[in-house]
Amino acid sequence: MYLLVIFIPLLSALICCFSSRWIGSLRAWQISTTFLGVSFLLSCLIFYEIGLSSTVCTVEIGYWFNVGYFTSPWSFLYDSLTASMLIVVTSVSFLVHCYSGSYMEHDPHLGRFMGYLSLFTFFMLILVTGDNFMQLFLGWEGVGLSSYLLINFWFTRLQANKAAIKAMMVNRIGDISLTLGIALIYVYFKSVKYAVVFSMAKQMQYCDFYFLGYSWNSLDLICIFLLIAAVGKSAQLGLHTWLPDAMEGPTPVSALIHAATMVTAGVFLLVRCSPLYEHSSNDIRFLVVAVGALTAFFAATTGLMQHDLKKVIAYSTCSQLGYMVFACGLSFYSVSMFHLINHAFFKALLFLSAGSVIHSLSDEQDIRQMGGLVRLIPFTYIFIMIGSLSLMGFPFLTGFYSKDLILELAFSTFSPAGHFAFWMGSLAAFFTALYSFRIIYYVFIGPINGNRVVYGNVHDAPTLIAIPLTILGFASIFAGYVGKDLFVGLGTDFWGNSIYCAAANTSTVDAEFLPVYFKLIPVILSFIGVGTAYVFQTQKIFQIKTQWSGAVVLFNFLNRKWLFDRIYNEWVSQKALWFGYVISYKTIDKGVLEYFGPAGLTHLGRNLSKFSTSLQTGLIFSYAFLVLLTVLLILSLTLFYFVELAIIEMTCVAICAFFIFLFVDRYVL
Amino acid sequence: MTNTFSFLFTLLLLSPVISIIIISAMPEKDNTLVWNVALTLSSFIFFLSSVVWLAFSYTNDVSSEFLNDNLFQGTFLLIPLFSQDWDSFLNIKPFIAVDGISILLIELTTFLIPVCFLTSVSAIKSKIKEYVIFFFMIEMLCLYTFTFVDLFLFFVFFESVLIPMFVVVGIWGSRSRKIRAAYQFFLYTLLGSVFMFMGLLYIRATLGTTNYFVLLNIMPIIDEQTQLLLWLSFFCAFAVKVPMIPFHLWLPEAHVEAPTAGSVILAGILLKLGTYGFLRFSVPLFPVSSFFFMPFIFLLCSIGSIYASLTTLRQVDLKKIIAYSSVAHMSVVMVGLFALTPQGIHGSLSLMLGHGIVSSALFLCVGVLYDRYHTRIIKYYGGLMQVMPNFSLFFLFFTLANIGFPGLCNFVGEFLCFLGAFERNALASFLCLMGTLGGVGYSMWLANRLVFGELRGKYISTFTDLSLIEYVMFVPFIFLTLIIGLYPSIITDTADPAIFDLCVKLKVI
Repeated sequence: MYLLVIFIPLLSALICCFSSRWIGSLRAWQISTTFLGVSFLLSCLIFYEIGLSSTVCTVEIGYWFNVGYFTSPWSFLYDSLTASMLIVVTSVSFLVHCYSGSYMEHDPHLGRFMGYLSLFTFFMLILVTGDNFMQLFLGWEGVGLSSYLLINFWFTRLQANKAAIKAMMVNRIGDISLTLGIALIYVYFKSVKYAVVFSMAKQMQYCDFYFLGYSWNSLDLICIFLLIAAVGKSAQLGLHTWLPDAMEGPTPVSALIHAATMVTAGVFLLVRCSPLYEHSSNDIRFLVVAVGALTAFFAATTGLMQHDLKKVIAYSTCSQLGYMVFACGLSFYSVSMFHLINHAFFKALLFLSAGSVIHSLSDEQDIRQMGGLVRLIPFTYIFIMIGSLSLMGFPFLTGFYSKDLILELAFSTFSPAGHFAFWMGSLAAFFTALYSFRIIYYVFIGPINGNRVVYGNVHDAPTLIAIPLTILGFASIFAGYVGKDLFVGLGTDFWGNSIYCAAANTSTVDAEFLPVYFKLIPVILSFIGVGTAYVFQTQKIFQIKTQWSGAVVLFNFLNRKWLFDRIYNEWVSQKALWFGYVISYKTIDKGVLEYFGPAGLTHLGRNLSKFSTSLQTGLIFSYAFLVLLTVLLILSLTLFYFVELAIIEMTCVAICAFFIFLFVDRYVL
Repeated sequence: MTNTFSFLFTLLLLSPVISIIIISAMPEKDNTLVWNVALTLSSFIFFLSSVVWLAFSYTNDVSSEFLNDNLFQGTFLLIPLFSQDWDSFLNIKPFIAVDGISILLIELTTFLIPVCFLTSVSAIKSKIKEYVIFFFMIEMLCLYTFTFVDLFLFFVFFESVLIPMFVVVGIWGSRSRKIRAAYQFFLYTLLGSVFMFMGLLYIRATLGTTNYFVLLNIMPIIDEQTQLLLWLSFFCAFAVKVPMIPFHLWLPEAHVEAPTAGSVILAGILLKLGTYGFLRFSVPLFPVSSFFFMPFIFLLCSIGSIYASLTTLRQVDLKKIIAYSSVAHMSVVMVGLFALTPQGIHGSLSLMLGHGIVSSALFLCVGVLYDRYHTRIIKYYGGLMQVMPNFSLFFLFFTLANIGFPGLCNFVGEFLCFLGAFERNALASFLCLMGTLGGVGYSMWLANRLVFGELRGKYISTFTDLSLIEYVMFVPFIFLTLIIGLYPSIITDTADPAIFDLCVKLKVI
């Protein structure tokens, strides 16, 4: 059962990819959805056995690497963390499989699409179940690959191609960092197994490693490498640029990969490596907090001014991932995991219902082309509303239980890092409410701006789309309430040893004694955000935007995503391409190396032979001159002991040499 | 058992010669017959070498029975083809000995030759008999290079491989530039070897022997300063073959001009001769110098990795892209090798094999396109996924293997190289990894331009997917890529004793 849950999606992927031509798209969809359903049921069983019954299970099936002193088994670890991730991955994946059957109905490559989705699920399961860093790396790269394939699913579109390469490249930076992290872990721990590494983490607290001219604390350096890896995968500030572009892929992909599961792999890595982070220095944890908090704030502000429906939600994902990351930095790993689970549900809901909107509007994604849909597709409206409220942290919906808890706990650490995170997070909550309701206003409430033909064909969600939406909608309302005591209840022992938190960093209790006033700040800010959105949209915001120059600058700055893309394109990519052609290819390969290598030598040889040929002039005086020259040279050698003669000779030879030089200069150089 | 093994191995060594004789006796006119016989013979040699590999793995579990046999010298298995008291006034004795490293490279060689014939069937239309003979000659010389451990004989065979390759590029190449490329290839390699030859003469003059096993023990007689010079002289020959920056210019030229099978041989085997030379001769014979020059190698490889990757980004010739990516990968091989840790050396050997498989397969992919449309410029292609799905799948698969996707064969080598190098010098490892960032860039960009995107019907209007021969040609590559990637022990176990022994000699473990 434990292995089956992983390999059923692989089987589904193989069947769909390689035989959908013969069994047909519909059958491929049926098979893959059924398989994923089975996988989901199995993971529920695993959740019961591992999570609720508090056991740990490892399944070892052989060796991958057994090379020199480096060994790494194929083995799968099931603990509470894995079990919770399994639930998230398989449930969302199952629903998305189901949803795709309707959303991609008319696509001739539906079979391939289902295959990729299953392949992604397989790699994600490898990632969460691996019991060593190598398997994690396999899953890590595998989900990157599936993401590449799925973004590029409609591969004739240029934008999709660009976005896919971008996702691959930016993720690769994180992968490189992860490779370095694993190498460093191996250098110090001589093993890549979690069990060994985490139990020995404390012993390595005071080791130093010399890298890039500095002597680093080795544990700190490992944590930095892993953090960069997480930043790449979880689209944190700096390496986030691939996520909004990845929205070029079909919407179910965005829901599954770029909201619920793959992008949370980074957070999963941080939670999984909690022992390493707990034993590293405070600065590293502060770094994590800073990255997370800044991302939460940055992404929320950027989301304000985007016009693409999916991009807004993508930035919102980015922002929520920021919350999870800074929660990890503040040592609230369990809360971070709880938010991850909740976020998976309501974000998948948001994406899937956004997909429903896009689907009903004949694939229109620009929110400025929508409007007034509340009367046309009320069903979808309900679920977008639920998702948005949950995202904002509306009291007693799913998001509230984790998001507000994170902010409360951040405040109650009473440390600079905590307060920084709290204020950034609260501001982000304000902006979250603002952009959520901006979307709702634009899409559902505001005046109709769309094409008449498009509006003529509007239809509400068909059954296959409605079922996943309903299930996710219920999850978005109740999952937080149901899971609260289990996952983050005071003194819960659900996580067991899968999450480690140093005693000094535990401050969950303090949050219980915060004044209600502070606890309500994020909620109040959210409500203000809703109000602001209403004011912005109904008042003459357009005039403010155009008349006040500062607003124009601000608008452009936010609309262009804080100019990250521009800086990367102009200062990194283009420079690298320029270097690759002008410097390394033209100047060095075809320039210097050719000059001193083949081309130069051929040239020299040709000229020398020309020179020696030109000596054979056929004229008597040039031969006479040469003879004279040679005789003089020989004489100069034999008569060298007569000083006076020697001087005369030397002068003659010097003159001749000068003539030869002129000759060579003329014909050779 | 060892007698059987010796017999098999002798048969393996002689079989290319026999094949050449058989092919020479064939009638000139009957092309099909020549191809069929060539394929049969080369497949038989591959089969034979696989049997040898299995037999070797069996004897590799050193038990008392084999130790008493006196046929092991360290981790080497001696093949008494020529009698031990071979008399020669130069004191050059044809010692034939194999260990895990050479067995694997022999396996790679014999695997690639039938594939070369398969891919040539449709591409080569003239002088078929000679073509086949030259490929068997290459196979023969490579086998001898990997088996003769006498320094002088190694040198002779190492150089002789040039001649058939020179002819293959020069005669069956694609454009008029092929002559220039062939000369460049020849001269570069020859110039490097001149230095090695001088070193060889010095060793012969000072120590009186070129026997590898004797040299291993008496090399310390030469003082360390001179050893450094000798190391450098060997380095010149091997670095050109690898090729390392800045001796790499001949590689893109030769690759671009060579026929597909020639590129496969070049990338698959000939580049490995250089790294094999380092692994077999430079490192064990001059351990101190190897440690001395480690930073130098790391510098060259770090530059090489980044530089080659960035250069590759802007190439438009399919073969040039893969050739430059070979330069980058061989840099990684060298980093792993000169990390001089068990992991690093294992990694470099795995990457040699992995690269031999993957880049050969990529060249075959390019060959498939070239055979159809006679252009290698990317700009004429696009969106092949729509019309050549099987080809696109294979191409994408090998591209992924090329960027070191975990679970495929290059990953094993690359990761272990980085791991080994990280223990020695984290910065070198880091820089080489940055090179792989560029590697992802050019590989995925190439795949996207070639396979995805819009179909360019403007230039090419008729499309045909893989033929049966091509399909058959790719399947073993896919199989090997997967099997090595998922279960690397299949190769590392064979090489483990040899590499372990080397590390013990280097006193790194």
